[in-house]
Amino acid sequence: MINSGDTAWVLMSSALVLLMTPALAFFYGGMVRRKNILSILMQCFVIMCALSLHWVLIGYSLSFGPAKGFWGGFQWLGLNGVGLEPYADYAATIPHQAFMIFQAMFAIITPALIIGAFAERMKFSAFLVFTLLWATFVYSPLCHWVWGIGGWLRNFGALDFAGGTVVHINAGIAALVTALILGKRSNLGKNIPSPHNMPFVVLGTGLLWFGWFGFNAGSALAANGLAVNAFVVTNTAAAAAGLSWAFIEWIRNGKPTVFGTCSGAVAGLVAITPAAGFVSVVPAILIGLLVSVFCFIAVTIIKPKLGYDDSLDAFGVHCVGGIWGALATGLFASKAVNAAGADGLFFGNPKQFLVQLFAVGVTIIYTALATFVIYKLVDLFIGIRVGEKEEVIGLDLTQHRERAYTVLE
Amino acid sequence: MKLIIAIIQPHKLEEVKEELYKQEVNLITVSEVLGHGRQKGVTEVYRGHKETGNLLRKVRLEIAVNDNFVEPTVKAIIKGAKTGETGDGKIFILELKECVRIRTEERGSAAIG
Repeated sequence: MINSGDTAWVLMSSALVLLMTPALAFFYGGMVRRKNILSILMQCFVIMCALSLHWVLIGYSLSFGPAKGFWGGFQWLGLNGVGLEPYADYAATIPHQAFMIFQAMFAIITPALIIGAFAERMKFSAFLVFTLLWATFVYSPLCHWVWGIGGWLRNFGALDFAGGTVVHINAGIAALVTALILGKRSNLGKNIPSPHNMPFVVLGTGLLWFGWFGFNAGSALAANGLAVNAFVVTNTAAAAAGLSWAFIEWIRNGKPTVFGTCSGAVAGLVAITPAAGFVSVVPAILIGLLVSVFCFIAVTIIKPKLGYDDSLDAFGVHCVGGIWGALATGLFASKAVNAAGADGLFFGNPKQFLVQLFAVGVTIIYTALATFVIYKLVDLFIGIRVGEKEEVIGLDLTQHRERAYTVLE
Repeated sequence: MKLIIAIIQPHKLEEVKEELYKQEVNLITVSEVLGHGRQKGVTEVYRGHKETGNLLRKVRLEIAVNDNFVEPTVKAIIKGAKTGETGDGKIFILELKECVRIRTEERGSAAIG
């Protein structure tokens, strides 16, 4: 039976999640040097176009087609049989296509997150091919394992409410792998370039926070109490994490920064994502407070020590935050919040923590290997990196023949 | 006294600054400029409208020095800015008639350092 309230909320949530991709574009775009901002905006924008088509043609079927195995089935290619009646195994009260388009937005933003790792040095053509292959051979299988009917991690009991493993750990690990094999940006010198437009970073963060209500609360797939729980804990965790990062900086470096507070808020949103439908408010505060500690250590201590150039910290925020969120779900999940979920370690079920740990491990290993192979293939046939000279002039002019800002009128 | 004006690649600014500090040249003014020399400009396209020969971003340094600092300053700029490719930029050395430090009203060589 179609419920009009549920359908309205899921459609609205789909629009909210779509907005997160341009939001991410400004969040990332503000961080790069100004000769490269258009390349970031373009990469995010073209993902919206390319993956929207990919999703309706093959992505949805590969991800959610009911089947046991590496992928979902092929029976829903081109949305064949995905109609306006509910498909009860996924969502019993909304049209099947509403569920499909909501999931489309997740498939769009996930590869967009990886952009942060290879920013300022990847050839546009190679980026496009890499993204389409990655969506097909990494996102779709993993999405199927965790969320699809017949998916083996789902059947194993792994909890992932809105995409801690499928979206954030997945994209974050892919980011680390690409940053490692792509190598550093050239001419970095001793100083990491300063973000060229901090207000854009704040704008992006604000819009991400706003869109994340669709991401998490929409994942209830109904306008109900569970959606409200997800909404409340999402807001709470983001708030706690933003403050937490600011205070860490205040204590350690003497001043709280705008960049740090924004990074904290995003890390909080990442961490609460897998847990949003399973935990209550007090655990959400702990998840938020602690995620900033872990991500701060990852981006300010571990990254410089290891020396990889994850330009915009896609790994440090999304993967580290995502792992913490997935494990925290195993600690703090409670059937009192969601009877369809499970109890976590602190609610008398230590096994759930191990299940979560296993799902995290599988994601890391599979994504790292598959991303490596796809990267090497694209590099072999197209060449991943722009030339040294193009990198110096900037990707906006060399990849798109445009510049973002004029100096003279 | 000389006024040294240098046009360099933007991404070389950090290295040039470092080389200048090593020579104890600490007083510099930096501005952003557009230009091109032998390195042809770039083509931009907006909705199919092509603009050729557009200017590239460069950085302009202005450094006032006493005569004994001219060579070390020039060498430092070259060391920091040279890649060997077209577009590395130029250094202009001009006679400087007078220099006044506003705070103390000192004039001449004493006002430069």
